[in-house]
Amino acid sequence: MSKMFSPIAAAREGLFGLAATLGKMGIVAGQIGRRLYRLDLDHEEFWRNMYKMGVKSVPIVLLTALFTGATMVVQAAPIVQRYGANQLLGWGAGFGILREVGPILTALMISGRVGANNTAELGTMTVTEQIDALRALAIDPIAFLIVPRFVAIVLTLFFSTLYADAVALVGAAYAGKALVGVEPITFYNALTSDFMGIADVTNGLVKSVIFGIAIGLASCTFGMGVSGGAPGVGRAVNATVVASAAGIFVVDYFVSFILI
Amino acid sequence: MLHDVTLRIPAGCLYGLIGPGASGKSVLLKMITALMRPDAGTLHVDGQDVLALSEIELAAFRLKFGMLFQNNALFDSMTVADNVGFPLRRLGRFGEEEIAERVHERLSAVSLAEFADRIPASLSGGQKKRVGVARATITQAPIIFYDEPAAGLDPVTSQKIFDLLRKEQESAKTTVIMVSSDIDRLLTVTDRVGMMYRGSLVFDGSTSEAQGSAHAHVKQFIHGLAEGPL
Repeated sequence: MSKMFSPIAAAREGLFGLAATLGKMGIVAGQIGRRLYRLDLDHEEFWRNMYKMGVKSVPIVLLTALFTGATMVVQAAPIVQRYGANQLLGWGAGFGILREVGPILTALMISGRVGANNTAELGTMTVTEQIDALRALAIDPIAFLIVPRFVAIVLTLFFSTLYADAVALVGAAYAGKALVGVEPITFYNALTSDFMGIADVTNGLVKSVIFGIAIGLASCTFGMGVSGGAPGVGRAVNATVVASAAGIFVVDYFVSFILI
Repeated sequence: MLHDVTLRIPAGCLYGLIGPGASGKSVLLKMITALMRPDAGTLHVDGQDVLALSEIELAAFRLKFGMLFQNNALFDSMTVADNVGFPLRRLGRFGEEEIAERVHERLSAVSLAEFADRIPASLSGGQKKRVGVARATITQAPIIFYDEPAAGLDPVTSQKIFDLLRKEQESAKTTVIMVSSDIDRLLTVTDRVGMMYRGSLVFDGSTSEAQGSAHAHVKQFIHGLAEGPL
């Protein structure tokens, strides 16, 4: 007779699974931290990943950012027109973009493009014994593979957020001109008014670093933990995307709460 | 799971490790090289307590070994030459010129000198194995492990690989432990044979002793008999 579904048992199993995953990520974080403290990382692998993750992500991040900024204005346009709040358009769009939308959407984009790819690569290397081969050659896979990728992901997300914010604001400014007739200079003046400060920029950038840490840890942990051949790689990629996306929103709440 | 396995292999011997699937052959190789750790018990290799070694000592310990993996484990992002030269480059004791010379010598020994600039994905199964052999032997480690060196290869290529491994072992005078399911070809090159069964070493003797053994497991496995304890 098949066992009956028990919501309590399922919830307990889910919690144990979450605790186990967080525990593994904690161990990987410790291993990365120890190597970073000793500056023990492969520089060639680091630059190779900076190019692959950072430079190659530029077009898709730019495109996303441009339309995200414009979409913010599309949503705000009816209210701006109804209340004649043209002077506040720059503030409204800038506040949302710099503090929330810019960092979150860039993180989701990098998670999908870079995090998933990182897990797939590490997972394939695990199932084809390439990680074991590194160990057999007396090479520390954490210093050689994991630390360079982790640092590259964090830096990629930080710099991507920086220029995504700028491009999104440009997109918003020109959408403001096209949709509600707000001149870009008016938009700029609102952005640099007393309502906004450098804290709004740093708030988003701090988030981008924390999101980068979450994506880097998730993608490396799931990639190194692959078992079960090619299907296992697929499962790990899926787990990375889900864990990173969920992690980004959960972390965002707490970081927003702390940095408000 | 392994139970109380003691493997005594004379220096300069080509030792064949045989046994049915999941009998612990590959696990034993990975334990000897400290790629896997036992859940319980002790692990002594060449007089050293492997479990007591620190990270740095473990790295030095692994330099005693070269290894060809069952799936070749070639690095996809590197060319054939870079794969073969990688262990030397990481040792940091050799200049680029010397590395290039030794890579060329190794690739010539496995008849792949003209494939130096290719990437592993563009090679056939047999060629990948030979690149793996070149990489496993480039540091001139005194002990070499070959895990299923003929897996997935046709009979002619398999025999060529076994002959190449024997030739390499004789010229470098290394100690070799080879795991293979291709018993007929394996026994054409080994000096001694050990058989694993359910995590234990049930036989250890010369190749001719193994071939004439009356041990029920060995007899059935070597002669491929359907009837028997396996």
